Amino acid sequence: MNRFENIFAQCRRENRKALVAYVTAGNPNLPVSEKLIRAVLESGADILELGVPFSDPMADGPVIQKAGQIALRAGTTLPDIIAMAGRLRQHTDKPMVLFSYYNVMLAYGLEKLARDCVANGIDAWLTVDVPLEEREEIRPTAERAGIVLIPLVSPATPPERMKTIVAGAQGFVYYITVKGVTGARTELPADLSEHLDTLRRLSPVPVVAGFGIAPPEMAATTGQYADGVVVGSAIVRSMEQYADHDQAIAATAAFVHSLADALK
Amino acid sequence: MSPKKQEFAPMPDKNGYFGKYGGQYIPENLKQAMDDIDHAYEEIIRRQDFQDELDYLFKYYVGRPSPIYHCRRLSAQCGGAQIYLKREDLNHTGAHKINHCLGEALLAKYMNKTKVIAETGAGQHGVALATACALVGIKCEIHMGEIDIQKEHPNVCKMKILGADLISVTRGTKTLKDAVDSAFEEYLRNPKDFFYAIGSVVGPHPFPKMVRDFQSIVGREAREQFLELTGGLPDAVLACVGGGSNAMGIFTAFLDDENVRLIGVEPAGHGLETGEHAASISKGTEGVIHGFRCYLMQNEKGEPLPVYSIASGLDYPGVGPQHCYLKDIERVEYVTIDDKECLDAVMTLSQREGIIPALESAHAVAYAMKIAGDLPREQTLLVNLSGRGDKDLDFIMKVLDIN
Repeated sequence: MNRFENIFAQCRRENRKALVAYVTAGNPNLPVSEKLIRAVLESGADILELGVPFSDPMADGPVIQKAGQIALRAGTTLPDIIAMAGRLRQHTDKPMVLFSYYNVMLAYGLEKLARDCVANGIDAWLTVDVPLEEREEIRPTAERAGIVLIPLVSPATPPERMKTIVAGAQGFVYYITVKGVTGARTELPADLSEHLDTLRRLSPVPVVAGFGIAPPEMAATTGQYADGVVVGSAIVRSMEQYADHDQAIAATAAFVHSLADALK
Repeated sequence: MSPKKQEFAPMPDKNGYFGKYGGQYIPENLKQAMDDIDHAYEEIIRRQDFQDELDYLFKYYVGRPSPIYHCRRLSAQCGGAQIYLKREDLNHTGAHKINHCLGEALLAKYMNKTKVIAETGAGQHGVALATACALVGIKCEIHMGEIDIQKEHPNVCKMKILGADLISVTRGTKTLKDAVDSAFEEYLRNPKDFFYAIGSVVGPHPFPKMVRDFQSIVGREAREQFLELTGGLPDAVLACVGGGSNAMGIFTAFLDDENVRLIGVEPAGHGLETGEHAASISKGTEGVIHGFRCYLMQNEKGEPLPVYSIASGLDYPGVGPQHCYLKDIERVEYVTIDDKECLDAVMTLSQREGIIPALESAHAVAYAMKIAGDLPREQTLLVNLSGRGDKDLDFIMKVLDIN
């Protein structure tokens, strides 16, 4: 059983939905983000999405863009992030997903990246700008190394295409709840449950929903239709509340706790 | 030059690849919108009413065909090959950009889109698009960095007078890069009803194909005009390359003419050795940026590098995917011209022929001047003069300290 199967089985036993937390690695710098991630994992997050900062993040809204710029200015690199994952792995058995844009991975070298990810306890890749048509470029390398590829499905994805995307999926499938870029919204789209029902029927693995989820009530509502909920921008933004890092981490941990509670 | 016969017509393949370049490296939530544009494009360009309308506008609105012109005095000064210009600078709005902006605005209208969105740096693409949208009758929203807005006053005024909604982008560096992010974000809010108008032969499929096709009128005209004027084809065709739209525009008609040298001129900025340039094909490495695979100026971490050229229309870290392919198969030679050579060409062309070129286009003129002297007098060089220099006057006065 891989780490994803373990965690989703545990969630089912405890009759709750999984909380997937996205954190931009290196924001505001690597040591603080490492502390933050440990706090987030200890506060009830079940799966970690480790965001790799990139200068031209097509899918991300202003909050995560800014976090990425800060992380890049602080000198954060992919090798640093992988090494951090290795340290985190000594404290947790929860799944870790590397959330990245393709060019950063290409520059690192896919073969080497797959090896180093496995050696440092990273379970999966979510490559935002590699859709189904380009997936074969990375799939063989990932599969050989034992890296799971997390597919994305959007509200605009037609059912036939959905079927192809999720065929043979491992880990989980990520459903983008709203149109547009990442970033907290005030309400959920009306047809969310319909789309998620279709997708869950087609998917061989659990389906988590994310993009635009902020308050715990919203997470709870989304959780009714999915196997888990992703929260990203709201966590990144929570860190901006306090200038003092320890205070910010404590506040963010409390926020993650409230999200986890809402999913019970 | 490659001796083998190449097949160019079916480029790109159905997935948007030119060889290994191009493609659609986009988030899943954009896929459907890109496919919709591709299908609509393929269907609409085959419609007679669309073609008739575009032809009509090219002729009576843009002023096409733009002439080709033999620079006798400039050629005499260079003392060798004869230099000809394709006068895209004479188009309405002063550059080749209007060709694809009209095509894109018209396509958006035929697709019943409610709004056309784009970003602009110096304002050239913004003005051409605002013009096309005013004409076609579709809402136009241009995103521009706050700093660029302050710098480019005449273009900002033009866009506003033309009725475009100008969005001032105040985040990050407040320049082109942030304008791209802001425009893209607005587009992603509703890709079904909005149309994103890319300003060059870059971005995910189908944009490199679409922009090339709309621009290819330049080469089709030039080839016919050259045959008529001289009785033969030029020995070489030259164009500047930033993203590469004017170059693809003129090269496309000549790709199958094996005896015609094609030369793409990239900006060497302060010099290739300084690192301050934007010569993506000459100095870049393969990467994926903004939804497509191309030669890219990037660091070892895969971050795009800051690029520089005296011509703001050329400073892009990537380059159109078809150019990358044409470089690899050696059908096009890619060379560079630095800022100094560019300025020299601006002044020489102005004072020998009474034509003030845009800084971008002057790169191609400069390379023609550079090689003409070593070529026999019977040889001919055709340069795509993609834009006029009106927008650069203040800058040229300042850098050359003209009073």
